[in-house]
Amino acid sequence: MKYLDEYRDGRLASKIVDEIRRIQTRPWVIMEVCGGQTHSIVKHGIDYLLPEGIELVHGPGCPVCVTPLEMIDKAHAIAKRTDVIFCSFGDMLRVPGSEGDLFTIRSQGGDVRIVYSPLDCLKIARANPEKKVVFFAIGFETTAPANAMLVWRAKQEGLKNASILVSHVMVPPSIASILQSPLNRVQGFLGPGHVCAIMGYREYEPISARFKVPIVITGFEPLDILQGTLMTVRQLESGRAEVENEYSRILNRDGNKPAQKLVFSVFEIADRKWRGVGSIPKSGYKLRWEYREHDAEKLFDVKEIDTREPDICISGQILKGIKKPHDCPAFGKQCDPQHPLGATMVSAEGACAAYYAYGRHLQKGQDRNSAAASSLGGAA
Amino acid sequence: MCLAIPGKVVESFEQRGLRMAKVQFGGIAREACLEYVPETQIGDYVLVHVGFAISRVDEDEARRTYELLESMDQLTELSAPVVSEANAAGGKP
Repeated sequence: MKYLDEYRDGRLASKIVDEIRRIQTRPWVIMEVCGGQTHSIVKHGIDYLLPEGIELVHGPGCPVCVTPLEMIDKAHAIAKRTDVIFCSFGDMLRVPGSEGDLFTIRSQGGDVRIVYSPLDCLKIARANPEKKVVFFAIGFETTAPANAMLVWRAKQEGLKNASILVSHVMVPPSIASILQSPLNRVQGFLGPGHVCAIMGYREYEPISARFKVPIVITGFEPLDILQGTLMTVRQLESGRAEVENEYSRILNRDGNKPAQKLVFSVFEIADRKWRGVGSIPKSGYKLRWEYREHDAEKLFDVKEIDTREPDICISGQILKGIKKPHDCPAFGKQCDPQHPLGATMVSAEGACAAYYAYGRHLQKGQDRNSAAASSLGGAA
Repeated sequence: MCLAIPGKVVESFEQRGLRMAKVQFGGIAREACLEYVPETQIGDYVLVHVGFAISRVDEDEARRTYELLESMDQLTELSAPVVSEANAAGGKP
Protein backbone atom coordinates (compact mmCIF):
# COMPACT_ATOMS: atom_id res chain seq x y z
CA MET A 1 0.00 0.00 0.00
CA LYS A 2 2.47 2.60 -1.16
CA TYR A 3 0.56 5.40 -2.83
CA LEU A 4 -2.09 7.87 -1.71
CA ASP A 5 -4.64 6.72 -4.28
CA GLU A 6 -4.48 3.21 -2.94
CA TYR A 7 -4.90 4.47 0.61
CA ARG A 8 -7.93 6.44 -0.42
CA ASP A 9 -9.20 3.95 -2.95
CA GLY A 10 -12.64 2.77 -1.94
CA ARG A 11 -12.13 -0.46 -3.86
CA LEU A 12 -9.18 -1.39 -1.64
CA ALA A 13 -11.17 -0.33 1.40
CA SER A 14 -13.95 -2.59 0.19
CA LYS A 15 -11.50 -5.50 -0.15
CA ILE A 16 -10.45 -5.10 3.47
CA VAL A 17 -14.09 -4.82 4.54
CA ASP A 18 -14.96 -7.93 2.51
CA GLU A 19 -12.20 -9.84 4.27
CA ILE A 20 -13.51 -8.71 7.65
CA ARG A 21 -16.99 -9.83 6.62
CA ARG A 22 -15.65 -13.17 5.39
CA ILE A 23 -13.99 -14.08 8.68
CA GLN A 24 -16.49 -12.52 11.09
CA THR A 25 -18.75 -14.96 12.90
CA ARG A 26 -20.14 -12.82 15.73
CA PRO A 27 -20.41 -9.18 16.84
CA TRP A 28 -17.32 -7.41 18.19
CA VAL A 29 -16.79 -4.08 19.95
CA ILE A 30 -13.47 -2.38 19.17
CA MET A 31 -12.23 0.90 20.62
CA GLU A 32 -9.96 3.30 18.78
CA VAL A 33 -7.95 5.22 21.34
CA CYS A 34 -6.88 8.43 19.59
CA GLY A 35 -8.99 11.45 18.82
CA GLY A 36 -7.23 11.68 15.47
CA GLN A 37 -8.38 8.15 14.66
CA THR A 38 -11.96 9.03 15.70
CA HIS A 39 -11.83 11.99 13.37
CA SER A 40 -10.68 9.84 10.46
CA ILE A 41 -13.34 7.22 11.15
CA VAL A 42 -16.18 9.74 11.26
CA LYS A 43 -14.99 11.74 8.26
CA HIS A 44 -14.66 8.73 6.00
CA GLY A 45 -17.71 6.95 7.38
CA ILE A 46 -15.53 3.95 8.26
CA ASP A 47 -17.99 2.90 10.93
CA TYR A 48 -20.66 2.75 8.21
CA LEU A 49 -18.40 0.80 5.84
CA LEU A 50 -17.71 -1.95 8.34
CA PRO A 51 -19.98 -5.00 8.39
CA GLU A 52 -22.93 -5.10 10.76
CA GLY A 53 -21.76 -6.30 14.12
CA ILE A 54 -18.33 -4.64 14.07
CA GLU A 55 -18.82 -1.64 16.29
CA LEU A 56 -16.16 1.03 16.75
CA VAL A 57 -16.38 2.94 20.01
CA HIS A 58 -14.38 6.05 20.71
CA GLY A 59 -11.74 6.21 23.39
CA PRO A 60 -10.24 8.83 25.69
CA GLY A 61 -7.37 9.81 23.39
CA CYS A 62 -8.14 13.49 23.30
CA PRO A 63 -5.87 15.29 25.75
CA VAL A 64 -7.90 18.50 25.75
CA CYS A 65 -11.06 16.49 26.45
CA VAL A 66 -9.56 14.80 29.51
CA THR A 67 -7.86 17.85 31.05
CA PRO A 68 -9.79 18.63 34.26
CA LEU A 69 -11.86 21.78 34.29
CA GLU A 70 -9.91 22.96 37.37
CA MET A 71 -6.71 22.86 35.31
CA ILE A 72 -8.27 24.92 32.54
CA ASP A 73 -9.50 27.43 35.13
CA LYS A 74 -6.01 27.55 36.61
CA ALA A 75 -4.57 28.26 33.16
CA HIS A 76 -7.04 31.06 32.62
CA ALA A 77 -6.26 32.62 35.99
CA ILE A 78 -2.54 32.63 35.12
CA ALA A 79 -3.22 34.02 31.64
CA LYS A 80 -5.11 36.99 33.08
CA ARG A 81 -2.09 38.19 35.07
CA THR A 82 -0.43 41.29 33.68
CA ASP A 83 3.06 39.92 34.35
CA VAL A 84 2.44 36.78 32.26
CA ILE A 85 2.76 35.91 28.58
CA PHE A 86 0.61 32.79 28.25
CA CYS A 87 1.44 30.44 25.38
CA SER A 88 -0.41 27.44 24.02
CA PHE A 89 -1.24 25.55 20.85
CA GLY A 90 -4.08 27.01 18.85
CA ASP A 91 -6.68 24.41 19.74
CA MET A 92 -6.74 25.54 23.38
CA LEU A 93 -7.94 29.04 22.67
CA ARG A 94 -11.62 28.21 22.42
CA VAL A 95 -11.73 25.64 25.22
CA PRO A 96 -14.09 27.06 27.81
CA GLY A 97 -13.28 27.12 31.49
CA SER A 98 -15.90 27.81 34.13
CA GLU A 99 -15.97 31.36 32.74
CA GLY A 100 -14.83 32.20 29.25
CA ASP A 101 -11.80 30.98 27.32
CA LEU A 102 -8.28 32.11 26.42
CA PHE A 103 -9.63 33.97 23.42
CA THR A 104 -11.83 36.17 25.58
CA ILE A 105 -8.93 36.72 27.99
CA ARG A 106 -6.85 37.90 25.04
CA SER A 107 -9.59 40.21 23.87
CA GLN A 108 -9.69 41.70 27.36
CA GLY A 109 -6.00 42.51 27.24
CA GLY A 110 -4.30 39.29 28.35
CA ASP A 111 -1.06 38.46 26.51
CA VAL A 112 -2.04 35.08 25.08
CA ARG A 113 0.03 33.71 22.19
CA ILE A 114 -0.38 30.72 19.90
CA VAL A 115 2.83 28.81 19.33
CA TYR A 116 3.78 26.17 16.76
CA SER A 117 6.37 24.48 18.99
CA PRO A 118 7.13 24.59 22.72
CA LEU A 119 10.60 25.84 21.71
CA ASP A 120 8.96 29.10 20.61
CA CYS A 121 8.37 29.80 24.31
CA LEU A 122 12.15 29.90 24.86
CA LYS A 123 12.44 32.61 22.19
CA ILE A 124 9.63 34.58 23.82
CA ALA A 125 11.17 34.17 27.28
CA ARG A 126 14.60 35.36 26.10
CA ALA A 127 13.04 38.38 24.41
CA ASN A 128 10.85 39.33 27.40
CA PRO A 129 12.98 38.94 30.56
CA GLU A 130 10.64 41.11 32.60
CA LYS A 131 7.65 38.85 31.92
CA LYS A 132 6.82 35.34 33.07
CA VAL A 133 6.31 33.07 30.06
CA VAL A 134 4.01 30.15 30.79
CA PHE A 135 3.29 27.30 28.37
CA PHE A 136 0.15 25.20 28.71
CA ALA A 137 1.64 21.72 28.39
CA ILE A 138 -1.33 19.51 27.59
CA GLY A 139 -0.90 16.19 25.86
CA PHE A 140 -0.34 12.51 25.81
CA GLU A 141 3.08 10.89 25.55
CA THR A 142 3.46 12.14 21.96
CA THR A 143 3.93 15.73 23.09
CA ALA A 144 6.00 15.01 26.20
CA PRO A 145 9.39 14.97 24.39
CA ALA A 146 8.74 18.46 22.99
CA ASN A 147 7.70 19.81 26.39
CA ALA A 148 10.62 18.08 28.07
CA MET A 149 13.03 19.79 25.68
CA LEU A 150 11.52 23.19 26.53
CA VAL A 151 12.01 22.70 30.26
CA TRP A 152 15.44 21.09 29.94
CA ARG A 153 16.71 23.97 27.78
CA ALA A 154 15.12 26.57 30.06
CA LYS A 155 17.02 25.14 33.03
CA GLN A 156 20.27 24.81 31.06
CA GLU A 157 20.08 28.42 29.91
CA GLY A 158 18.97 29.69 33.31
CA LEU A 159 15.78 31.10 31.80
CA LYS A 160 14.06 31.57 35.13
CA ASN A 161 11.06 33.29 33.59
CA ALA A 162 10.02 30.25 31.52
CA SER A 163 7.66 27.68 33.03
CA ILE A 164 5.07 25.11 31.99
CA LEU A 165 1.66 24.21 33.36
CA VAL A 166 1.61 20.43 33.06
CA SER A 167 -1.39 18.35 32.14
CA HIS A 168 0.21 15.24 30.69
CA VAL A 169 -1.64 11.94 30.62
CA MET A 170 -0.67 8.40 29.56
CA VAL A 171 -2.61 6.00 27.40
CA PRO A 172 -1.92 2.56 28.97
CA PRO A 173 -3.47 3.33 32.39
CA SER A 174 -6.58 4.74 30.71
CA ILE A 175 -7.03 1.56 28.69
CA ALA A 176 -6.57 -0.54 31.84
CA SER A 177 -9.10 1.64 33.65
CA ILE A 178 -11.67 1.14 30.88
CA LEU A 179 -11.08 -2.63 30.90
CA GLN A 180 -11.48 -2.76 34.67
CA SER A 181 -14.88 -1.09 34.63
CA PRO A 182 -17.86 -3.44 35.16
CA LEU A 183 -19.66 -1.56 32.35
CA ASN A 184 -16.90 -2.26 29.84
CA ARG A 185 -17.99 -3.47 26.41
CA VAL A 186 -14.65 -3.18 24.61
CA GLN A 187 -13.14 -6.44 23.33
CA GLY A 188 -10.20 -5.13 21.29
CA PHE A 189 -8.27 -1.89 20.73
CA LEU A 190 -6.79 0.10 17.89
CA GLY A 191 -3.77 1.46 19.74
CA PRO A 192 -2.36 4.99 19.49
CA GLY A 193 0.02 5.28 16.53
CA HIS A 194 1.89 8.47 17.40
CA VAL A 195 2.03 7.84 21.14
CA CYS A 196 3.71 4.53 20.30
CA ALA A 197 6.11 6.21 17.87
CA ILE A 198 7.58 7.76 21.03
CA MET A 199 6.99 5.09 23.67
CA GLY A 200 7.01 1.87 21.63
CA TYR A 201 4.40 -0.69 22.52
CA ARG A 202 5.98 -2.96 25.11
CA GLU A 203 3.80 -1.54 27.89
CA TYR A 204 0.64 -2.71 26.10
CA GLU A 205 1.74 -6.34 26.28
CA PRO A 206 0.93 -6.90 29.98
CA ILE A 207 -2.46 -5.19 29.48
CA SER A 208 -3.26 -7.43 26.52
CA ALA A 209 -2.21 -10.51 28.50
CA ARG A 210 -3.97 -9.59 31.74
CA PHE A 211 -7.31 -8.65 30.19
CA LYS A 212 -7.00 -11.02 27.21
CA VAL A 213 -7.69 -8.33 24.62
CA PRO A 214 -6.02 -7.82 21.23
CA ILE A 215 -4.34 -4.43 20.84
CA VAL A 216 -3.30 -3.41 17.31
CA ILE A 217 -1.19 -0.26 17.15
CA THR A 218 -2.76 1.63 14.25
CA GLY A 219 -2.14 4.71 12.11
CA PHE A 220 -4.56 7.44 11.12
CA GLU A 221 -5.45 7.10 7.47
CA PRO A 222 -8.66 5.34 6.50
CA LEU A 223 -6.86 2.27 5.21
CA ASP A 224 -4.69 2.14 8.33
CA ILE A 225 -7.82 2.04 10.43
CA LEU A 226 -9.47 -0.60 8.27
CA GLN A 227 -6.31 -2.71 8.26
CA GLY A 228 -5.99 -2.33 12.03
CA THR A 229 -9.60 -3.39 12.42
CA LEU A 230 -9.04 -6.43 10.22
CA MET A 231 -6.00 -7.46 12.28
CA THR A 232 -8.04 -7.05 15.47
CA VAL A 233 -10.98 -9.08 14.16
CA ARG A 234 -8.59 -11.85 13.02
CA GLN A 235 -7.29 -12.07 16.58
CA LEU A 236 -10.77 -12.00 18.10
CA GLU A 237 -12.07 -14.68 15.76
CA SER A 238 -9.13 -16.98 16.50
CA GLY A 239 -9.16 -16.35 20.25
CA ARG A 240 -5.77 -14.66 20.25
CA ALA A 241 -4.93 -11.68 22.44
CA GLU A 242 -1.65 -10.06 21.45
CA VAL A 243 -0.15 -6.70 20.63
CA GLU A 244 0.45 -6.21 16.90
CA ASN A 245 1.77 -3.26 14.91
CA GLU A 246 -0.20 -2.07 11.86
CA TYR A 247 1.76 1.21 11.73
CA SER A 248 5.09 -0.51 11.20
CA ARG A 249 6.35 2.05 8.65
CA ILE A 250 6.54 4.62 11.49
CA LEU A 251 7.23 2.79 14.73
CA ASN A 252 8.74 -0.27 16.37
CA ARG A 253 8.32 -2.08 19.66
CA ASP A 254 10.97 -0.03 21.51
CA GLY A 255 9.92 3.43 20.33
CA ASN A 256 12.13 6.51 20.23
CA LYS A 257 14.89 6.02 22.80
CA PRO A 258 16.42 9.54 22.80
CA ALA A 259 12.93 10.99 23.31
CA GLN A 260 12.12 8.63 26.18
CA LYS A 261 15.42 9.43 27.86
CA LEU A 262 14.78 13.16 27.98
CA VAL A 263 11.13 12.75 28.96
CA PHE A 264 12.05 10.71 32.03
CA SER A 265 14.89 12.95 33.07
CA VAL A 266 12.46 15.89 33.19
CA PHE A 267 9.16 14.25 34.18
CA GLU A 268 8.11 11.54 36.57
CA ILE A 269 4.92 9.51 36.70
CA ALA A 270 2.12 10.86 38.89
CA ASP A 271 -1.54 10.29 39.66
CA ARG A 272 -3.80 12.37 37.42
CA LYS A 273 -7.45 13.31 37.37
CA TRP A 274 -9.16 12.69 34.01
CA ARG A 275 -12.13 14.85 33.18
CA GLY A 276 -15.27 12.77 33.01
CA VAL A 277 -13.43 9.66 34.22
CA GLY A 278 -12.00 10.48 37.63
CA SER A 279 -8.59 9.98 39.18
CA ILE A 280 -6.42 7.24 37.67
CA PRO A 281 -3.26 6.36 39.66
CA LYS A 282 0.10 6.72 37.94
CA SER A 283 -1.57 7.91 34.77
CA GLY A 284 0.25 11.15 34.03
CA TYR A 285 3.46 13.12 34.34
CA LYS A 286 4.63 15.87 36.63
CA LEU A 287 7.88 17.78 36.62
CA ARG A 288 10.68 16.38 38.72
CA TRP A 289 11.77 18.27 41.82
CA GLU A 290 14.95 19.47 40.05
CA TYR A 291 12.74 21.38 37.60
CA ARG A 292 10.44 22.99 40.19
CA GLU A 293 11.55 26.49 39.18
CA HIS A 294 9.89 25.86 35.83
CA ASP A 295 6.69 24.33 37.21
CA ALA A 296 3.89 26.85 36.79
CA GLU A 297 1.64 24.94 39.16
CA LYS A 298 4.16 25.62 41.95
CA LEU A 299 5.09 29.13 40.85
CA PHE A 300 1.61 30.59 40.66
CA ASP A 301 -0.60 30.55 43.70
CA VAL A 302 -4.05 30.33 42.19
CA LYS A 303 -7.00 30.35 44.57
CA GLU A 304 -9.45 27.48 44.34
CA ILE A 305 -11.93 28.25 41.59
CA ASP A 306 -15.48 27.02 41.74
CA THR A 307 -15.71 24.72 38.74
CA ARG A 308 -19.12 24.11 37.24
CA GLU A 309 -19.74 21.21 34.85
CA PRO A 310 -23.11 21.17 33.05
CA ASP A 311 -25.26 18.33 34.40
CA ILE A 312 -26.56 17.32 30.98
CA CYS A 313 -23.11 16.48 29.61
CA ILE A 314 -22.28 12.78 29.20
CA SER A 315 -18.66 13.26 28.09
CA GLY A 316 -17.39 10.87 30.73
CA GLN A 317 -19.42 7.99 29.34
CA ILE A 318 -18.43 8.86 25.78
CA LEU A 319 -14.71 8.87 26.68
CA LYS A 320 -15.10 5.36 28.12
CA GLY A 321 -16.89 4.03 25.05
CA ILE A 322 -20.15 3.44 26.92
CA LYS A 323 -22.23 6.02 25.05
CA LYS A 324 -22.06 7.77 21.69
CA PRO A 325 -22.61 11.47 20.95
CA HIS A 326 -26.13 11.00 19.64
CA ASP A 327 -27.09 9.34 22.92
CA CYS A 328 -26.82 12.82 24.47
CA PRO A 329 -29.97 14.96 24.50
CA ALA A 330 -27.92 18.13 24.09
CA PHE A 331 -25.90 16.96 21.07
CA GLY A 332 -26.36 19.30 18.13
CA LYS A 333 -28.95 21.28 20.09
CA GLN A 334 -27.69 23.26 23.10
CA CYS A 335 -24.26 21.77 22.58
CA ASP A 336 -22.27 22.40 19.43
CA PRO A 337 -18.69 23.48 18.60
CA GLN A 338 -19.57 27.16 19.03
CA HIS A 339 -21.22 26.53 22.42
CA PRO A 340 -19.57 23.36 23.77
CA LEU A 341 -20.99 22.10 27.08
CA GLY A 342 -18.31 19.55 27.82
CA ALA A 343 -15.03 17.90 27.10
CA THR A 344 -15.80 15.89 23.98
CA MET A 345 -17.25 18.85 22.09
CA VAL A 346 -14.68 21.46 23.10
CA SER A 347 -11.76 19.85 21.36
CA ALA A 348 -11.67 19.28 17.61
CA GLU A 349 -10.42 15.78 18.39
CA GLY A 350 -13.31 14.94 20.69
CA ALA A 351 -15.91 12.43 19.55
CA CYS A 352 -18.80 14.92 19.72
CA ALA A 353 -16.89 17.54 17.75
CA ALA A 354 -15.97 14.94 15.12
CA TYR A 355 -19.55 13.71 14.81
CA TYR A 356 -20.83 17.28 14.51
CA ALA A 357 -18.21 18.24 11.95
CA TYR A 358 -19.35 15.45 9.66
CA GLY A 359 -23.03 16.09 10.02
CA ARG A 360 -23.95 13.21 12.28
CA HIS A 361 -26.30 15.47 14.27
CA LEU A 362 -28.36 15.82 11.11
CA GLN A 363 -28.94 12.07 10.79
CA LYS A 364 -31.60 10.31 12.78
CA GLY A 365 -29.93 7.83 15.10
CA GLN A 366 -27.45 5.29 13.84
CA ASP A 367 -28.97 4.33 10.52
CA ARG A 368 -25.97 2.77 8.80
CA ASN A 369 -27.74 2.19 5.51
CA SER A 370 -28.52 5.83 4.94
CA ALA A 371 -25.01 7.02 5.73
CA ALA A 372 -23.68 10.08 3.96
CA ALA A 373 -21.36 9.25 1.07
CA SER A 374 -17.93 8.28 2.18
CA SER A 375 -15.11 10.54 1.05
CA LEU A 376 -13.24 7.49 -0.18
CA GLY A 377 -13.27 7.19 -3.94
CA GLY A 378 -14.35 4.18 -5.92
CA ALA A 379 -17.25 1.90 -5.10
CA ALA A 380 -17.10 2.36 -1.35
CA MET B 1 -3.12 16.64 19.62
CA CYS B 2 -1.44 13.65 18.12
CA LEU B 3 -1.44 15.13 14.68
CA ALA B 4 1.91 14.53 13.07
CA ILE B 5 2.75 15.51 9.50
CA PRO B 6 5.46 14.06 7.27
CA GLY B 7 7.82 16.46 5.54
CA LYS B 8 11.19 16.51 3.77
CA VAL B 9 14.35 17.76 5.47
CA VAL B 10 15.81 20.37 3.09
CA GLU B 11 18.31 22.08 5.40
CA SER B 12 19.86 21.34 8.71
CA PHE B 13 21.48 23.82 11.09
CA GLU B 14 22.23 24.42 14.71
CA GLN B 15 20.25 26.82 16.80
CA ARG B 16 21.28 27.51 20.38
CA GLY B 17 23.00 24.14 20.60
CA LEU B 18 20.07 22.14 19.21
CA ARG B 19 20.15 20.33 15.87
CA MET B 20 17.32 21.78 13.78
CA ALA B 21 16.02 21.37 10.26
CA LYS B 22 14.01 23.27 7.73
CA VAL B 23 11.28 20.81 6.71
CA GLN B 24 9.25 21.12 3.54
CA PHE B 25 5.58 20.13 3.77
CA GLY B 26 4.44 20.56 0.17
CA GLY B 27 4.29 24.32 -0.31
CA ILE B 28 5.02 25.27 3.32
CA ALA B 29 8.37 25.15 5.09
CA ARG B 30 8.71 25.12 8.89
CA GLU B 31 11.43 24.45 11.41
CA ALA B 32 11.65 21.17 13.24
CA CYS B 33 14.00 19.99 15.96
CA LEU B 34 16.01 16.90 14.97
CA GLU B 35 17.37 16.03 18.42
CA TYR B 36 15.14 12.95 18.68
CA VAL B 37 16.09 11.57 15.24
CA PRO B 38 19.87 12.13 15.29
CA GLU B 39 20.58 9.90 12.27
CA THR B 40 18.50 12.06 9.91
CA GLN B 41 20.15 13.34 6.72
CA ILE B 42 19.13 16.06 4.26
CA GLY B 43 16.58 14.55 1.89
CA ASP B 44 15.12 12.23 4.51
CA TYR B 45 11.47 12.46 5.41
CA VAL B 46 10.50 12.90 9.05
CA LEU B 47 7.23 12.81 10.94
CA VAL B 48 6.84 16.19 12.67
CA HIS B 49 4.72 16.83 15.73
CA VAL B 50 4.61 20.29 17.35
CA GLY B 51 7.87 21.32 15.74
CA PHE B 52 9.79 18.12 16.58
CA ALA B 53 10.73 15.25 14.31
CA ILE B 54 9.61 12.12 16.19
CA SER B 55 10.31 9.44 13.58
CA ARG B 56 11.65 8.97 10.06
CA VAL B 57 9.51 7.80 7.13
CA ASP B 58 10.15 6.69 3.61
CA GLU B 59 9.35 8.97 0.66
CA ASP B 60 6.40 7.06 -0.72
CA GLU B 61 4.73 7.08 2.67
CA ALA B 62 5.27 10.80 3.11
CA ARG B 63 3.83 11.91 -0.23
CA ARG B 64 0.76 9.82 0.30
CA THR B 65 0.17 10.99 3.85
CA TYR B 66 0.72 14.65 2.95
CA GLU B 67 -1.82 14.58 0.18
CA LEU B 68 -4.37 12.95 2.45
CA LEU B 69 -3.84 15.54 5.17
CA GLU B 70 -4.07 18.41 2.68
CA SER B 71 -7.47 17.17 1.64
CA MET B 72 -8.53 16.88 5.29
CA ASP B 73 -7.69 20.56 5.87
CA GLN B 74 -5.46 19.62 8.77
CA LEU B 75 -2.64 21.79 7.53
CA THR B 76 -4.08 24.73 9.44
CA GLU B 77 -1.73 23.66 12.26
CA LEU B 78 1.21 24.70 10.07
CA SER B 79 -0.14 28.21 9.67
CA ALA B 80 0.36 29.05 13.37
CA PRO B 81 2.52 32.19 13.58
CA VAL B 82 6.27 31.83 13.17
CA VAL B 83 7.96 33.02 16.35
CA SER B 84 11.49 34.31 16.01
CA GLU B 85 13.72 36.15 18.48
CA ALA B 86 13.11 39.30 16.43
CA ASN B 87 9.34 39.33 16.76
CA ALA B 88 9.10 37.64 20.16
CA ALA B 89 9.78 40.83 22.13
CA GLY B 90 7.14 43.30 23.20
CA GLY B 91 3.46 43.14 22.43
CA LYS B 92 1.22 40.52 21.00
CA PRO B 93 1.72 39.34 17.39
